Amino acid sequence: MNRDSNIYTLVYSAIMVIIVAALLAVASGALKTPQERNKEIEKKMNILTSVGKAIDANKADDKNTYVENEYEKYIVEAFLININGEKTEGDAFNVDLKAELKKPEKDRLLPVFVCSDNGSKQYIIPVRGAGLWGAIWGYISLKDDFSTVYGAVFDHAGETPGLGAEIADVSFQKRFANKKIYREGKFTSVGVVKSGSVTLDDYIVDGITGGTLTSKAVGKMLLDCLSNYTKFFDVQKQNK
Amino acid sequence: MSEKEPLFSAKNLRLFTDPFNAGNPITVLVLGICSALAVTVKLQPAIVMGLSVTVVTGFSSFIISLMRNTIPNRIRIIVQLVVVAALVILVDQLLKAYVYEVSKQLSVFVGLIITNCIIMGRIEAFALGNKPLPSLIDGFGNGAGYGMILVIVAFFRELLGSGTLFGIRIVPESFYVNAGGFYENNGMMVLPPAALILLGVIIWVHRSVNNKLLEK
Repeated sequence: MNRDSNIYTLVYSAIMVIIVAALLAVASGALKTPQERNKEIEKKMNILTSVGKAIDANKADDKNTYVENEYEKYIVEAFLININGEKTEGDAFNVDLKAELKKPEKDRLLPVFVCSDNGSKQYIIPVRGAGLWGAIWGYISLKDDFSTVYGAVFDHAGETPGLGAEIADVSFQKRFANKKIYREGKFTSVGVVKSGSVTLDDYIVDGITGGTLTSKAVGKMLLDCLSNYTKFFDVQKQNK
Repeated sequence: MSEKEPLFSAKNLRLFTDPFNAGNPITVLVLGICSALAVTVKLQPAIVMGLSVTVVTGFSSFIISLMRNTIPNRIRIIVQLVVVAALVILVDQLLKAYVYEVSKQLSVFVGLIITNCIIMGRIEAFALGNKPLPSLIDGFGNGAGYGMILVIVAFFRELLGSGTLFGIRIVPESFYVNAGGFYENNGMMVLPPAALILLGVIIWVHRSVNNKLLEK
């Protein structure tokens, strides 16, 4: 057969593409379940870490089951609110925050997760923003006074290892505990600044040495995302 | 060919061992450097990356060699790319399903295996002109030779840059300046330039051990 003819080349490439496409479709279908479960476990793990739970996950024999059990145990409620702080219908766990933050403010659906442990409640809020090189995201938990930070966890798509990527490190995340997001009754969020430039107080977290731009991005992300919740915080405070 | 060649003949064995020394894709042919810089901060991703590349080079060489007498000349490179890309996507999907944490660390670099020059290099230079089995062995050998360099670089970068190996602490906490000690991790080791310097050192050592590699 003439391997240089147009017909041969066309038929050959058509058959090859069909075979490859079928193969990849089968593989993707077969692996979808474990892949989605991995993502779900990771999300539950992040939510739990922001309230200081599930710390033994890496020591557990079966990490997935451990995380699911802890999640069932501590996360008692998950709901969506709108910009006015009213609860709305929807699946809080699977809402796509990236898409919600692009919508106009009045259409946004904002998830809140509630953790309860021995009577004390924490409110977990997912945050998402732009880092230096790619997306950054995380969860910040507030005590039930809705103005004191309980804990935080952050992750990133591609910040510089050793510098900006340190936002995913526990030592950085620990600095957020007990910071205030309200200064004299006014919402200010928590600022992340270069150490030494201002005196650290209850409203400011020390940034990462060499990771100034990513640190600032974390501050901006918190301000942008938490400000969506201010009405919710007001309502909750009045109801107390 | 009249006689059947045994699988582990001296010739086939050489195909496998050569890439570890005189035919090493990274230190001698200087191919595949980009990913060697990016995934060698820690040992574990380096090993997974080495294995993934080995699987892909091995099987792509094997498949292309099976197809070598049917591939239309004018779309030769396209056919090779389709085969390599399909394998890489499969590897990526498997990693995402079974070693999720590692696949997150490797991130885009798994996808970039497609552009790894070693794979196309071995297909063009070997698989197109040889039988499937020797091609498979050649592919595995080259992938493993690549993986070996990755592991050596990652060993030094993780030890000197983070004081750990496989995430297990080697340099005791109490040695660190923060804890009142004298030691500090070398921050440059976690950045890509350190991998380039280490690679240079490895090439230097390799050449001084193996005189045949010296250029006159």
